[in-house]
Formats: sequence, C-alpha cells, structure tokens
Amino acid sequence: MWSWVAHRVTGVAIFFFLLVHVLDTALVRVSPEAYNDVIGTYKNPIMGLGEAGLVAAIVFHAFNGLRIILVDFWAKGPKYQRVMLWVVLGLSVVTMAGFLPRHLMHVFGGE
Amino acid sequence: MTLIADPKAPRPPRPGPGRRTTRGNTELYGWVFMRASGVILVVLIFGHLFVNLVAGEGVKAIDFGFVAGKWASPFWQVWDLLMLWLAMIHGTNGVRTIVNDYAEKDTTRLVLKGLLYLAFVVVVVLGTLVIFTFDPCPSGSPADLLPSFCTA
Repeated sequence: MWSWVAHRVTGVAIFFFLLVHVLDTALVRVSPEAYNDVIGTYKNPIMGLGEAGLVAAIVFHAFNGLRIILVDFWAKGPKYQRVMLWVVLGLSVVTMAGFLPRHLMHVFGGE
Repeated sequence: MTLIADPKAPRPPRPGPGRRTTRGNTELYGWVFMRASGVILVVLIFGHLFVNLVAGEGVKAIDFGFVAGKWASPFWQVWDLLMLWLAMIHGTNGVRTIVNDYAEKDTTRLVLKGLLYLAFVVVVVLGTLVIFTFDPCPSGSPADLLPSFCTA
C-alpha cells in the first residue's frame, strides 16, 4: 500500500521535473549565454540538495517499478512481493550511498 | 396460494453497447507499455544520470559546451530522443491514471487531462525540434562558451 503511494508521489514529482528540464535544456537553441545563465542559477547548494532528492525519487521509482513488473510477470512474484520491497529499499540505499558523496562533493566545492 | 414477487435488489441497468467504460484494448496496451518503457527508461535514465552527474566533474561541468559536445554525436541524440519520447508518454499516462482516480467531477477531469495533453504536445515537439535543429557552434557566440571542436 505505501509502496504504491510512494510510486505515485515520486512519479508525479519526476514528471513535473521532466517538463521543466526539457524547457531549460531547450534554451541551448536560444543562445549559449541564455543556457549558461539559467543552468548557472541551478548551481547552488539548495538546488544541489534538490537534485539529490530528485535522484533518490528516480532510484526508488526505478527499482520499485522493476518490482511491480516481477510481481506481474514472475510466477513467484506475488509471494515474494514483501521481500522484494525490502530489496528495493536496500538497493536504493546502496545506490544513493554511491551517488551522494560524489554529488555533494561537486555541489559543495570539494575536489 | 399467493404468488409473491421474485425479490430483486434495485440495480442500475447494465451498461449496454453504448455505455462501455473502456473502448477496446487501449487500457491493456497502456498497461503493457508502462512496463516495457519502464525497463528501457531505467537503462536510459541511469546512463543519463551517470554521465551527467557522476562521471567527470558532475553537475558543475554542465554548460552549453557540455551539451553541445554530447549532441555532436548521433549516439547521444538518439539516446536523448528515445528518453524524451518514452519518458513523456510513460509520465503522461501515469498522471492520466492518477487524474482519472482522484478527479471525480467530469469538468475537473476534462480540464486537467486537457492541460496534461497540451503539456505533452508542447514538451515533446519542442524537445524533438531542439535535438534535431541544434547548432553546436552558433556564429557570433564567444568561443570560450562553445565546445572546443568549433574552432578547429
């Protein structure tokens, strides 16, 4: 039940980000200056943390989506759906543990 | 002997041919599409995030030169085009499902889905045009903003 809610919430959040992301990237068609100006405003710690949250939402949505596929198509999927939710959460934590230190170093100016 | 009427609970009439809730197998195809596109999107988006945020200098390094350098290659053009189309169809269909679930008033549902489909068309058309009409070396721009191959 809660994984279903989280899947919807992360899905909607990612969708709205995608709309904005295509619009800001479209600025490359206006001029290099226009694109760099807007992307430049994204390069601050608040947006950096927002990106971390976005990546976490994408990672959960991706792994949980694969879990949904296994529940639907794998004969033993429904039996193991609860175990697989823990696997999804575990894989999400491991992926974020790999991503976060590197990303936060870029955002907060480490080398 | 008295005959009593056959007891029946009041029921709304069965939906006849003119009142079906779905047409054909559209919802089934949508269900299959969400799963098929989902698997492909995991690969495309994880690759996108890795190349743009993890490899190299990460988010700090993203500027016009970075994007132009990527789109100079047909590989990344096709990658990003596929990602744009699949993600927009997947996301639009997901939000459509959510609107259908929670917007109970007919007019609310109609307006929300109208806006959703409008956003879909605008973003997909704009994104596709940008990928295909993009000029990595626009004339008159300062060379230090452009990818290095522009001066070569």
